[in-house]
Amino acid sequence: MKSGSRLEQLLSRGEFVVTAEMGPPMSADAGAIMKKTDFLRGTADAFNITDNQTAVVRMSSLAASVLCLQAGLEPVMQMVCRDRNRIAMQSDILGAVALGIRNCLCLSGDHQSFGRAGKLLGHPGAKNVYDLDSINQVRMLRQLRDEHKFMGGDPVKGEVPLFIGAAWTPLGDPVEFRVIRLGKKIAAGADFIQTQGIYDVERFAEIMQKARAEGLPEKAAILAGIIIPRSAGMLKYMNNHVPGVVVPEKLIRRMSEAKDQKAEGIAIAVELIRDIRKIEGIRGVHVQPVEWESAMPAISEQAGLLPRPEAAG
Amino acid sequence: MIVAQRKPLDEIIAKAEPFKKVVIAGCETCVAECHAGGKKEVEILAAQLRIAFNRKMVPVEISECSIERQCEPEMIESCAEQIAAEEAVLSLACGVGVQQMAERFPNLPVFPGLNTTFMGTHSAPAKWEERCAGCGNCVLDLTAGICPIARCSKSLLNGPCGGAHDGKCEVSEEIPCAWAEIVERLTKQGKLGQLRQIIPAKEWDTARDGGPRKLIHGEAAP
Ligand code: SF4
Ligand code: SF4
Repeated sequence: MKSGSRLEQLLSRGEFVVTAEMGPPMSADAGAIMKKTDFLRGTADAFNITDNQTAVVRMSSLAASVLCLQAGLEPVMQMVCRDRNRIAMQSDILGAVALGIRNCLCLSGDHQSFGRAGKLLGHPGAKNVYDLDSINQVRMLRQLRDEHKFMGGDPVKGEVPLFIGAAWTPLGDPVEFRVIRLGKKIAAGADFIQTQGIYDVERFAEIMQKARAEGLPEKAAILAGIIIPRSAGMLKYMNNHVPGVVVPEKLIRRMSEAKDQKAEGIAIAVELIRDIRKIEGIRGVHVQPVEWESAMPAISEQAGLLPRPEAAG
Repeated sequence: MIVAQRKPLDEIIAKAEPFKKVVIAGCETCVAECHAGGKKEVEILAAQLRIAFNRKMVPVEISECSIERQCEPEMIESCAEQIAAEEAVLSLACGVGVQQMAERFPNLPVFPGLNTTFMGTHSAPAKWEERCAGCGNCVLDLTAGICPIARCSKSLLNGPCGGAHDGKCEVSEEIPCAWAEIVERLTKQGKLGQLRQIIPAKEWDTARDGGPRKLIHGEAAP
């Protein structure tokens, strides 16, 4: 075991794992995390805590991950390159591991001028960091764990047990490069991969075939991203504005014709999970409720993912 | 070249207003090329200021000069006598020229009339684009001659982030994704495989992060 995390244990046992995403509040309210953990408890094996997503200030991923741990849920702490240099990242990792965090997902992070969401102001005038890219970030964490060395070469005393993750946008432009980039992330040391939300299962299956041809799914556990759709408008928006998210026209039509769009959204997510599960090389799903955490129990239940298996603890 | 843009007129007026005699000092090199600080722009700004001060009935006398390269100390000498007789200098050079001017005339207030923006090129008529961030350790050989430091919004070294969309950067539809261009060029050259190699994290100590930089030319140094 590299980290002994529940996520790692279940994957190494060959279980089909479920992770779910949870956004920390734009406040110092620990209660907001508790409310979400109540909805999410038992619906997945580990929970991704986002790191100031869309470059909007939220409770730190590290702190929210610890609150999540205290509520008895295993966090996957997300860490973006936008806000920290290599010194701050390694320091945060040491602190996170000391506090019991065992999974970390490495990301470039949305640029601070990220304007597409449009609803929040954010800090477009902030000075960004991007000292490392996410691939070198993965490599740095692996070096901390396996070579007991900081990036600069100084020795690290003791263990840094970590299960290291990276993100993959399989259908993002330029699509001919996406499998190469996945290979780089895995070569850098990613133990698991969580993908961008998939709606076009056929195209995803094709890309997975290419990934299999490169032998990638054997080297890292690939969890397919599922974004729970709430409405036809949301599907249209994602198709047009969220890079790498491709929504087939027939899915948008089906959603707009539905009487109860929310119920239809859950049904769609459940079907996606069932279909994607059949693709060779997929080891689990990463569900993103996008501020609709209360939908998780129904999804896990209807997709036949309950009860979640026990880990050694 | 260094690309710069003139500051808003009101801001310049406010800076010049407290003085009786102000010289506008242009620079004939990069900033002339991008129509911000050459002889012609000095003339135009001088005329605008004269009109403005006339209207406001503030007696500021404006004179003009233009230096071949304001960033070179010897070249400033061509106008040194004229400048020394002034109360303030409004420099239309890039930030380097402004500082050189301030160094040469330690007793004169020197004001920048331009906003120095980036190192770039004239990519289309009336359009300039950033090309180099002066990182001090060039990687263009690895990236098909397209700079990922200056031209990728996140200065990524190992391929496009998840935000690339139709060849455009996630930051704006107006910004081409540098990595989309790198991938495209290498695909055309049949060399996409070259990008499988992980480009190691940059050591930024050769860039601005290492503190102000200095260059001593070994052979040419006295
Ligand atoms: S790699 Fe560095 S030196 Fe080369 S063009 Fe880019 S910023 Fe300039
Ligand atoms: S979209 Fe392209 S240019 Fe923009 S940050 Fe991502 S990789 Fe860099």
